[in-house]
Amino acid sequence: MKTPAPFARPRPDTQPPYLYPDYASTVKRSPKRPPIRLEHTLSETTGPVFGDRWAGADATDLTRQHKGAPLGERMILNGRVLDEDGRPVPGTLIELWQCNSAGRYHHPVDQHDAPLDPNFTGAGQVVTGASGGYRFLTIKPGAYPWRNTPNAWRPAHIHFSVFGPGFATRLVTQMYFPGDPLLAYDPIFQSTADSGARERLVCHYDPELSEAEWALGYRFDLVLRGREATPADPA
Amino acid sequence: MADKLIPTPSQTVGPFFHLGMAHPEWADLAAADTAGEHIVIEGRVIDGDGAPVPDACVEVWQANAAGRYNHPDDTQTDKPLDPKFHGFGRTATDAEGRFRIATIRPGPVPGRGNALQAPHINVVLFARGLLKHLCTRIYFADEPANATDPLLSSIEDEAVRGTLLARPAGEGSPKRYRFDIVMQGENETAFLDI
Repeated sequence: MKTPAPFARPRPDTQPPYLYPDYASTVKRSPKRPPIRLEHTLSETTGPVFGDRWAGADATDLTRQHKGAPLGERMILNGRVLDEDGRPVPGTLIELWQCNSAGRYHHPVDQHDAPLDPNFTGAGQVVTGASGGYRFLTIKPGAYPWRNTPNAWRPAHIHFSVFGPGFATRLVTQMYFPGDPLLAYDPIFQSTADSGARERLVCHYDPELSEAEWALGYRFDLVLRGREATPADPA
Repeated sequence: MADKLIPTPSQTVGPFFHLGMAHPEWADLAAADTAGEHIVIEGRVIDGDGAPVPDACVEVWQANAAGRYNHPDDTQTDKPLDPKFHGFGRTATDAEGRFRIATIRPGPVPGRGNALQAPHINVVLFARGLLKHLCTRIYFADEPANATDPLLSSIEDEAVRGTLLARPAGEGSPKRYRFDIVMQGENETAFLDI
């Protein structure tokens, strides 16, 4: 059979390196040998297809997973999953997780001295619609300290996991907020050299999306690798 | 080209990914009546100090026993799809860096051109300290078709090639294989740029 068109390779500096010493945990977890470049086969161009049944029920309202309302600034998060040619990526699974408004994760490993919120877990998931769209209702996460360097603070962020059409489009990333002064100091955000690529990680405030007397609206599109230009079939 | 959007950069999964990505049942890819040889793959994730990595997430994607992926772009209609096999799995390492995947041994799948690829399982690894995930493959040490696999054949260093081989770890049913992922240093796993 004919191998489907491969996915495009990233342009220089638009993805982070494995070794980035400013982020201390990369030092012992980054390979020393360069990875072996693999031309795509069916193994890379295919990937899991998620029906609603397989992925489980949508969980898009993170403010109604408990008896009461979580504390914090309510926010509507709306966006699309696209490929780099701007084409929507429908039917793909998005998983999302975040800390609460005080900067604490509902996770046993997180021992930050900030309160847990009994009304907030901070996990959601959805399968994108026909236009690649998704929508969550949540609260704005807080900043929190981490021990990368003394007095280091992570900017407020929401973690995203998305699959796309093939195993080669798999992406786990983090979404940040516009104007956050911590971005300039955050080695995880700064690890991608290209400033245009970094901007991709910052959501946009959208007054049209905000709901009066209720919640702020933010837009965040996720852009996955597109296909390489298809070469002409060899004669 | 200039009109293309820049793809979103990867960022680390962090230490708290279990909150959004934990589905312990996804470590079992096969139902009791999934066609094929049922196997278990066990291993550890190790860092550059030789220390276990207790906060890694391992994902796998594979063809069914006939060698067909459950995906619309796999048009090998001469091979059956198995309604009892999806092909995707995920597990997190435990405090000792161990992971375990229960699945079926995949069939061989087409490579580029007329090549045939030996049976393999595609792997991605996420962890705190990985700004982007690592990619590798699990092949089977007891598989004769490895000799003609394009990727394995392209790796000249036998020790490096050996890091892609899951090794039989005792008979019995289901058959068990051992596959460690060494992120850095001696015996570093052969990672792939896909």
